[in-house]
Amino acid sequence: MIEPLWEVFVRSRRGLSHTHVGSLHAPDATMALRNARDVYTRRQEGVSIWVVPAADITASSPDEKDKFFDPAGDKVYRHPTFYQVPEGVEHL
Amino acid sequence: MDSFQATLDADGRIEPRDAMPAGYRKTLIRQIAQHAHSEIIGMQPEGNWISRAPSLRRKAILMAKVQDEAGHGLYLYAAAETLGVDRADLLDLLHSGKQKYSSIFNYPTLTWADIGAIGWLVDGAAIVNQVPLCRCSYGPYARAMVRVCKEESFHQRQGFEILYTLCNGTEGQKAMAQDALDRWWWPSLMMFGPPDSASTHSEQSMAWGIKRHSNDELRRRFVDMTVPQADVLGLRVPDDSLSYDEESGRYRFSEPDYTELYDVVKGNGPCNQERLAHRVKAHEDGAWVREAAAAYAEKQAARKESAA
Repeated sequence: MIEPLWEVFVRSRRGLSHTHVGSLHAPDATMALRNARDVYTRRQEGVSIWVVPAADITASSPDEKDKFFDPAGDKVYRHPTFYQVPEGVEHL
Repeated sequence: MDSFQATLDADGRIEPRDAMPAGYRKTLIRQIAQHAHSEIIGMQPEGNWISRAPSLRRKAILMAKVQDEAGHGLYLYAAAETLGVDRADLLDLLHSGKQKYSSIFNYPTLTWADIGAIGWLVDGAAIVNQVPLCRCSYGPYARAMVRVCKEESFHQRQGFEILYTLCNGTEGQKAMAQDALDRWWWPSLMMFGPPDSASTHSEQSMAWGIKRHSNDELRRRFVDMTVPQADVLGLRVPDDSLSYDEESGRYRFSEPDYTELYDVVKGNGPCNQERLAHRVKAHEDGAWVREAAAAYAEKQAARKESAA
């Protein structure tokens, strides 16, 4: 009997997004939530928890720095710092 | 594998699905598993005093601390699993004695003052060991250590507070605190492992960024940090050669008897058999809970399916 692995995401307070905090084993989603509460929020670290079966996550690629991200590499003009602003111009 | 070395050279972090040398993976699995085992075995010497804590306040604190140790074990098993091992297999290796846990937990907790000494010295030494691990080259291990270190600082303070209270109590209570320090001082120094001259894994671990400081350096840091705290307690560190070196601003101290460390690691400490037997029994006694939870999950899933 192998308990599935769940990835745990916690919203630390209202206004912030859920952030990955770790993983745990549990037989079902209800137990995964309860375990996540006991393991990852013993000190009020969260106001909301998501648990996601690790097996259901689709990830980009085994090597996290490969060609998948290359298209963004040569488009520096997407950043405001690419542009020259004449001296004295404000609010731009 | 070039990207592995390039990441290390840039002081970057290695993440689970990156290519890594087999030795790096193996070393991390061994170290993280041993660390996880230490956390859960470490619940025993303290759990021993939950029912006998001297007040409701102390009992609540001790229960919270022992729960934290269980949590730390879970963070670490989860970190180990990112390297492709299974937690159940790691527990089997612990139970069969093929993987170790920290030798410090093979010493008994004879009096209430020992609970103070464990928090102050054992958790204090653990913090000295673990703070540099927050910058370990393996991301999941480093992130687990950040959480652990945040929580350990309460552990160390509550231990110091127990001893401070005893040291300001009756003569008998102060003697109890001194006795605890006498027994825990040397095993605490051994927690940093063998001296650099005899440490087998250190050099490679440093090159890989798993380890950031040598055993002897960490031991020195612990002594420098702890001796002034002993002075505040009014306790005597049981080392006749202990002295302060004005020039370096550090303490000179005696090395622990490493033959004792090797002997306890081999399984001949005062509590090795008791700790492992208790751990195995708890695991076996809990099997029905895991089975029931799995059966319930299966039944619920089947019901959902037939309703759909």
